[in-house]
Amino acid sequence: MAQPDALSRLQSAGSFALELEAVNRHFDSLVAMADINFTVRAGERRAVLGSNGAGKTTLFNAITGDFPPTTGRVRLFGEDVTDLPTNERIRRGLRRTYQISLLFHGLSVIDNIYLACRGVSVRRMSLRRPSKDDNAMESAETLLDAVHLTETQNDLVSTLSYGQQRQLEIALALAGAPRLILFDEPAAGLSPTERNLLVEILQSLPDHISFIIIEHDMDVALRVSESVTMMHNGRIFKEGTPEEIENDHEVQELYLGHGNIN
Amino acid sequence: MVDTRQLFSGNSSFSDIHPGKLLVIVFLISYPGFTSDFFTFQVGAYSLILGTIALSLMMLAGYGGMVSLAQMTAAGLAGYIMAIFGENTVGVMGLGWPWWLTVITAILSAAIFSAIVGAISVRTEGIYTIMITLAISVAFFYFVRQNYQIFNGFTGFAGVKPPTLFGIYWRDPVPFYYLTLIISSTFLWAVFHCSCSTFGLGLQAIRDNPRRMRALGYHVGWHRVMAYFLSGVIAGSAGVLLVWFNGRISPGSIGVDIVIDILVIAVVGGLRNPIGPFLGAIVFVLLENFAIDLIDRERFNTVIGIVFLLVVFFSPDGLLGLWDRISSKILSKRSARDENGRAQWEDPVSSGSLKTLK
Repeated sequence: MAQPDALSRLQSAGSFALELEAVNRHFDSLVAMADINFTVRAGERRAVLGSNGAGKTTLFNAITGDFPPTTGRVRLFGEDVTDLPTNERIRRGLRRTYQISLLFHGLSVIDNIYLACRGVSVRRMSLRRPSKDDNAMESAETLLDAVHLTETQNDLVSTLSYGQQRQLEIALALAGAPRLILFDEPAAGLSPTERNLLVEILQSLPDHISFIIIEHDMDVALRVSESVTMMHNGRIFKEGTPEEIENDHEVQELYLGHGNIN
Repeated sequence: MVDTRQLFSGNSSFSDIHPGKLLVIVFLISYPGFTSDFFTFQVGAYSLILGTIALSLMMLAGYGGMVSLAQMTAAGLAGYIMAIFGENTVGVMGLGWPWWLTVITAILSAAIFSAIVGAISVRTEGIYTIMITLAISVAFFYFVRQNYQIFNGFTGFAGVKPPTLFGIYWRDPVPFYYLTLIISSTFLWAVFHCSCSTFGLGLQAIRDNPRRMRALGYHVGWHRVMAYFLSGVIAGSAGVLLVWFNGRISPGSIGVDIVIDILVIAVVGGLRNPIGPFLGAIVFVLLENFAIDLIDRERFNTVIGIVFLLVVFFSPDGLLGLWDRISSKILSKRSARDENGRAQWEDPVSSGSLKTLK
């Protein structure tokens, strides 16, 4: 009897990048997230929508371990990571961006990206100066180019514009062979040009990379994702393709308000 | 923020060194040549030793954002180990190990002690780190004061001497000055180097945002404990020099007042740059030696307290910050004057050339 079980687990291990099983998160008496069952296939691009306070960022925090779930299990690429700290989950291919940029303001742009590339490789604690032909430095320069920040590479992060800081935030999440990336409102506060650039970056990600994106800009969210999860009051409210969600009466009522459907 | 990478960029040649820095280096090397033994030993060497202990704090606080008050305690532990495992004239302990083995043991013990302090305080931030490390320092102070079997209690140890090597007795003022100069400048270079190594960059990033560092795959706790270990190596080495300098060590050498003095030295000098602690140490030692000419010995803490308040009030970045502000003011005045001069020469309106063009 045990064998088919093991087999099915192995199969699911191959096909799912992320599995959440009955995940709850409480902050004292406040239930931020309740009974979340959620899977993301390898290579899938998923949007998570919902009004403010719906539990979207809490969901991300539970996945990364920033604020681990109160109960329930989190599996990454088939491996149960519920009890692992954030840095161990990151080393298994998970990355995230933050809603409010969390960058290293006292360091230069290139050093920020270099540290991101170094974080998941060996010699994190090296007492040697990073050299130009260092692998991590080389990939940092490639990333710098990908997010169009080459010109500012030696500037301190504190001197960058808001838009540039958002780009850097994304670059940090793309560093070091990610397999599943969580984008937390990456388009918030960006100009239309910067939004297009962002969509371009997201669409050009290699096929094997899965991502989940929280985004209030429906246009950006629906352009880059192939499936959508709606959250409401800490629970999953609806799941489907972008078209299904866009045309769903209940979703429209909840998310866009009555005025928009009349 | 000063970009320290340019200071010691590895491939710099002799001609790249700023003339000001060259002047300081020449001054430091020739210093014993034109001063008395008192100034060489009591001012020069002592400043360098205190500066090195404060440097170990600057590394933790400036790069790592961790203000530890246990640095003097780590240095004191190294001093005690020198007396306990090496030789002393008190007749308690004094195991008589060879000097080099004692020195290594002392420095390693200080580093491990510092790493343990780090491991205990690593989950705390800001004021709580200060409180925990202060508590450890005070506990160690009372422990050594009450323990007579190993630490010889209130009296402590005397007669702890450096060895005579190559025919030189290393506690003579001039050799001792050069010994401290070599060790302190080595650590100064090492801290500069560390600040732009992968480890050092990571430490600064943890200071800016530990949560993000975790989300990049770093083990923030280990990184911090490693920083404490390295700073313990620096503090321990300075502790060995300090016990050779004083020739004695007792609970009074590691009391709360001295622990706070190290923090005052680092803050007065400036925590942004490894040079800062040495500047602070010079000011501190000069005040300690000469303030009593002006006021009563008991009032020394009032003087150092007022200096501390003045520096913190006028420049939160310490003397270095003050210097930066003054030099940038002079520079901007000069460049404004230059631009004025150039404007008079080149401005087509004032020179009338625009009219001719029309």
